Amino acid sequence: MYRYDQYDQAIVDARVAEFSDQVARRLAGEISEDEFKPLRLTNGLYLQLHAYMLRVAIPYGTMDSRQMRMLAHIARTYDRGYGHFTTRQNIQYNWIKLEDSPAILADLASVEMHAIQTSGNCIRNISSDQFAGAAADEVADPRVWAEMLRQWSTFHPEFSYLPRKFKIAVIAADEDRAAMRLHDIGIQLVTQDGVVGARVFVGGGMGRTPMVAPEIVPFVRREDFLATMEACLRVYNRHGRRDNIYKARIKILVHDLGAAEYARQVEEELVAVKALGIDPPAAEWERIERFFAMPEGLAPKASLALDGKAGSAFAHWRARNTRPHKVAGHVSVTISLKPVGGIPGDATAEQIDVMADLAQRYSHDELRVTHSQNIVLPHVAESDLPAIYDALVAAELADANIDLVSDIIACPGLDYCSLANARSIPVAQKIAQRFADAERQRDIGELKLKISGCINACGHHHAGHIGILGVDRKGTENYQLLLGGSGAEDASLGKIMGPGFDEDGVVDAVEKVVERYRTLRSDGERFLDTYRRVGMEPFKEAVYG
Amino acid sequence: MVELRFRTDEAPEQPAVTLDAFLDQSNATAVRLEPDDEPRALLPHLDRIALIEIAFPKFRDGRGYSSARILREAGYAGELRAEGDVLVDQIGFMRRCGFDSFAPARPLDMAAVERALERFAHVYQPAADGAVPVWKLRHGG
Ligand code: HEM
Ligand code: SF4
Repeated sequence: MYRYDQYDQAIVDARVAEFSDQVARRLAGEISEDEFKPLRLTNGLYLQLHAYMLRVAIPYGTMDSRQMRMLAHIARTYDRGYGHFTTRQNIQYNWIKLEDSPAILADLASVEMHAIQTSGNCIRNISSDQFAGAAADEVADPRVWAEMLRQWSTFHPEFSYLPRKFKIAVIAADEDRAAMRLHDIGIQLVTQDGVVGARVFVGGGMGRTPMVAPEIVPFVRREDFLATMEACLRVYNRHGRRDNIYKARIKILVHDLGAAEYARQVEEELVAVKALGIDPPAAEWERIERFFAMPEGLAPKASLALDGKAGSAFAHWRARNTRPHKVAGHVSVTISLKPVGGIPGDATAEQIDVMADLAQRYSHDELRVTHSQNIVLPHVAESDLPAIYDALVAAELADANIDLVSDIIACPGLDYCSLANARSIPVAQKIAQRFADAERQRDIGELKLKISGCINACGHHHAGHIGILGVDRKGTENYQLLLGGSGAEDASLGKIMGPGFDEDGVVDAVEKVVERYRTLRSDGERFLDTYRRVGMEPFKEAVYG
Repeated sequence: MVELRFRTDEAPEQPAVTLDAFLDQSNATAVRLEPDDEPRALLPHLDRIALIEIAFPKFRDGRGYSSARILREAGYAGELRAEGDVLVDQIGFMRRCGFDSFAPARPLDMAAVERALERFAHVYQPAADGAVPVWKLRHGG
């Protein structure tokens, strides 16, 4: 894992001092809320329906146990005892007091964390594959490139007042576990003639005009990587639309120019930028790479046999919530934050502490946050799985539902969010309850269900195999159903099925769609595969009759 | 009005003209760029320019940062002024992009500006101000 040196620490500490100064000026009435707003926003502090919300950056979703415990401490000390893990691999606290925020940032800085650029029209926290460093299919550890981007983008003087927010994801395998092409810039590490480089996609995103990013640069070597990023951003900063907030994302620019013309402009800008020497030397790449080496002592081991426990709760959990590791005898464990009836992505301070303890004891002191709002223990010996499972059962964290219908992504919705049309959390809870029968869920198989409370799409509804979108219809909450989206390597955008539903109606509709799938599927087909084969009609018929 | 200037030479006296006027008029030495003006149109003329004023009608409009860097990258060494909605907490970034004079529409709290400019001892990326990025310091800068 990356560790701060004196320079990283000095920069984050200076930021805490700066924000304390700004909050003091605000509390003393020296600056207006209007002037303060952009300052608090670049420190992750939003004003929401009931209180301030603080979003803490978890760079590429990676943490150690000490950092995870600090998140529990903040939940306990400054919030109501819980936190909410987000689709961008961050954590949010919903009940924060403005006057506490400098102390929270100071606590975070003491464990090499911050809330820098977690909101505002700047380059946001970089996201990545939650199995980075552990997945057998990666060509390199994407976090090395993500950390390079983190440093380059932090307080970037030219790109802190972009037309709109800017999100970057880095992956390093063909299987896309980070919705890479639904980001403003998506990077896939690939090899060419034995050299690792970046394949760069630009102009994806969700929101009201969802788009899958086209490829803009097929291969960039690391010595030109930051110059290329700088050129991509400069073209956007200069020419992205600023007249209409709904058309300000880079996806609109790339779409309006056409991918080929945008690529040409980037290439032209690159000629100017390359001369500036902004790319760090090989020694810096190697320094960062060393932090992401396989943890010491993680050596091949014999696999764990099931000893006649087939069909047990443990066996189901192991089958569903673990995946193979690069190193024999190891797995990565995904801990579900989606208990039936719970709030997707929420964890209590006690649960956060339990996960931190497990990481320290069993996962070489590492944790990851996934974009599906779950937590991963990346480096676990199979022989430790029974002990981990027992600890998770005791902490009510042992749901065996990863990628099943109850592993729902949901945005905060009308319960917290001032932009919402409709509630998301109660819909997620009702759907999970409807499908509470574990055997039925397993039989249905992989089904990604995603819910947003409005068109901003924080809950990724466009990318759900089944998506639910809250809309406002004459002052009452109404939900539209979308089918056929995917945020994976086969990225696609869901299509709206037809007229919307009320809260209970949408739960019924989801069930009808799922049951129709069960009658239509052929061997081994996931819901998404069946939908792609048969199209919308049979599902429409099942729902509307 | 210029409130803050980081140059020791005489301040240019000629009023800044619009980009179109400048390109028409061969004797102008001061020019003003609006956010959507093309800074590269000035590149053939940099030698005779003493002042480029870049307009910030709204602080949220960050195009002027790119304009400034493009001009500095091309070797422009004259005065580069930020004019308009220029606030305390933007001045640090503007300095890094090459601005060396500031004409804010509303007066600045100079004590706060001073604190802001001294706050960050280190930077992650090279820009137009010559600050040494930490990756260079790490490897024997
Ligand atoms: C509760 C306060 C929140 C507010 C006010 C808010 C606001 C917004 C807005 C306005 C957009 C649309 C931006 C655009 O299209 O240009 C957006 C997009 C998004 N937000 Fe949120 N959000 C909130 C919470 C969250 C949470 C909790 C998450 C993570 C679970 C999240 C993740 C996202 C994502 C992934 C997008 C889509 C990015 C894209 O368009 O490409 N947001 N949000
Ligand atoms: S999708 Fe809409 S309702 Fe949900 S969090 Fe985002 S802005 Fe709020």
